[in-house]
Amino acid sequence: MNRIDQRFAALKEQGRTALIPYITAGDPSPEHTVGFMHALVEAGADIIELGVPFSDPMADGPVIQKACERALKHGTRLSHLFEMVREFREADQETPVVLMGYLNPIERLGYRVFAEQAAAAGVDGVLTVDMPPEEADEFGPLLKEQGLASIFLVAPTTSESRAATICAHGEGYLYYVSLKGVTGAATLDVEAVDRQLAPLRRLTELPLCVGFGIRDGASAAAVGRIADGVVVGSALVSRIAEGVDDPVSIAPALKAVLGEMRRALDA
Amino acid sequence: MTKFSDLTRLPDARGHFGPYGGRFVSETLSFALEELEKTYLSLRDDPDFQAEFDRDLAYYVGRPSPLYHAERWSAQLGGAQIWLKREDLNHTGAHKVNNTIGQALLAKKSGKPRVIAETGAGQHGVATATVAARLGLKCEVYMGAEDVERQKLNVYRMHLLGAKVIPVESGSRTLKDAMNEALRDWVTNVDDTFYVIGTVAGPHPYPMLVRDFSAVIGREAREQSLKQIGRLPDALVACVGGGSNAMGLFYPFVEDEKVKMYGVEAGGDGIETGRHAAPLTSNAPQGVLHGNRTYLMSDEGGQIIDTHSISAGLDYPGVGPEHALWKDVGRVEYVAANDDKVLEAFRELTRLEGIMPALESAHALAHAKVLAPTMRPDQHIIVNLSGRGDKDILTVAKIDGVEF
Repeated sequence: MNRIDQRFAALKEQGRTALIPYITAGDPSPEHTVGFMHALVEAGADIIELGVPFSDPMADGPVIQKACERALKHGTRLSHLFEMVREFREADQETPVVLMGYLNPIERLGYRVFAEQAAAAGVDGVLTVDMPPEEADEFGPLLKEQGLASIFLVAPTTSESRAATICAHGEGYLYYVSLKGVTGAATLDVEAVDRQLAPLRRLTELPLCVGFGIRDGASAAAVGRIADGVVVGSALVSRIAEGVDDPVSIAPALKAVLGEMRRALDA
Repeated sequence: MTKFSDLTRLPDARGHFGPYGGRFVSETLSFALEELEKTYLSLRDDPDFQAEFDRDLAYYVGRPSPLYHAERWSAQLGGAQIWLKREDLNHTGAHKVNNTIGQALLAKKSGKPRVIAETGAGQHGVATATVAARLGLKCEVYMGAEDVERQKLNVYRMHLLGAKVIPVESGSRTLKDAMNEALRDWVTNVDDTFYVIGTVAGPHPYPMLVRDFSAVIGREAREQSLKQIGRLPDALVACVGGGSNAMGLFYPFVEDEKVKMYGVEAGGDGIETGRHAAPLTSNAPQGVLHGNRTYLMSDEGGQIIDTHSISAGLDYPGVGPEHALWKDVGRVEYVAANDDKVLEAFRELTRLEGIMPALESAHALAHAKVLAPTMRPDQHIIVNLSGRGDKDILTVAKIDGVEF
């Protein structure tokens, strides 16, 4: 059983909601990333989404765009991410790590090489924002071969027939994008999300995790009542941005934000 | 059946041109693209829709555009006869309007009150703002901040037409960044917004529908060639950024095996310097950006490389997926023209024929200048003069050291 499935099984038993933080690898510079990952786990992370920086992050708002720019200034690339995950695994064998990003860096490395190296490093799942299941004929099976979960997005605009296709291909969990927009956009409408999760529940047993628009304990708790997991990205990445000139301040700041969400979810 | 007849049956049902094309977008946009594809496929063969499109092209754009024999320039080059397909004479001054007329009709049918566009040189932005004004649609145009600076005249034209121009400060501040920002806008406002893409790139069905709307160029040129030259031309030459004007000219000739085709990319400072925008000529690796797989200039880590060209309209790291396939199967030869040769061709056509070409189109002219002397005087080349050069006067003046 993949670490992601194990984690969700354990959470279900405990009646808890998964807390899934996202940070961009290499932001503000590569030597900090593994420390941040451990800090996130200490603050209550169940799964870590590690962003692969890309020069043209089309689905992201300004906060994550700038994070990509900071990471790329230091030349962060996939080979560095694999090293980071390997180092993280030396101290943490339990927490699932999902790589999240855009297709081109993977395309350039080659699907097979990517899958092999990611699995060897200790990665558990892959979410490629600009690769819908229809285009994943070649990539999907290669990930599966290596025991890596293919995680897909579902959006408010996803039709029922598309949702069925996505559910058939998805593994690990489904990432429900709570609003039409880019990451870091306006606040979300929890009731609307709740209405849209219901038909998905009929289509799949996969845990449903909700991201986009979760910024504090209150919004995390509200989403936590209707979803199996909450994903938080821009709220964390903006703390990293604030600490660029004083990197030692970042890990405590991340822990404070995530810790508040953890407590709100568990209350 | 000719060797290339299969090429007219693409893309496949999923928008692929061989290994290229496709629909690589975030999930939020998938539904909008499926809807657009359905709308377009239902209208493509609808005689009423085609009649409305043809009417607009005739009475609003001013088609057909002439095929002009550049006799003086041909004589100076001392080889093949050069004919110019005068897309510069279209309303708004470039080929871009053919496509925006078509997409505006689709926007109208879809009932969306707002259109957005990305633009490089500003020609597509102007063409979009123009049709939006005519149809009473709200229009916002994303333009790289560097391009806003080098294409001030077009920026003000869009403003006069009632469009809002939004300068994009991210990344390299050029066309690709404008497209990123337009996609971000679309994902946010997908319910009421139609995205008018300006080239034969982007996610399916855009490469197909932009090709179909642009192909009026080649259909006319083919007919005019038969009438004016008495036969098909020996060669076609067009510049390639995303590749819409080249696609428009080439597509109706694709099965005419004897007609050679040359797509001219932006060589910038020279392919060997790395400062160019020529993914096909430089044999860039395959990659995925802006919704399609194609030849794409990226570094070993898969990050998109900054491009360089004297012309904002060609300053793009990728190229339409159908061009990528045409390179692989050998239907079109892709070459590059460097900035200095482009300027030379710009000046030469202006002085010898009294026609000032856009710097984009001057890339095609620069290659015609290389090609013509290798051919006989009874042979014929059609060059797509895709746009007029008024918008580039400030750029050329700056190079000449003249300040206004």
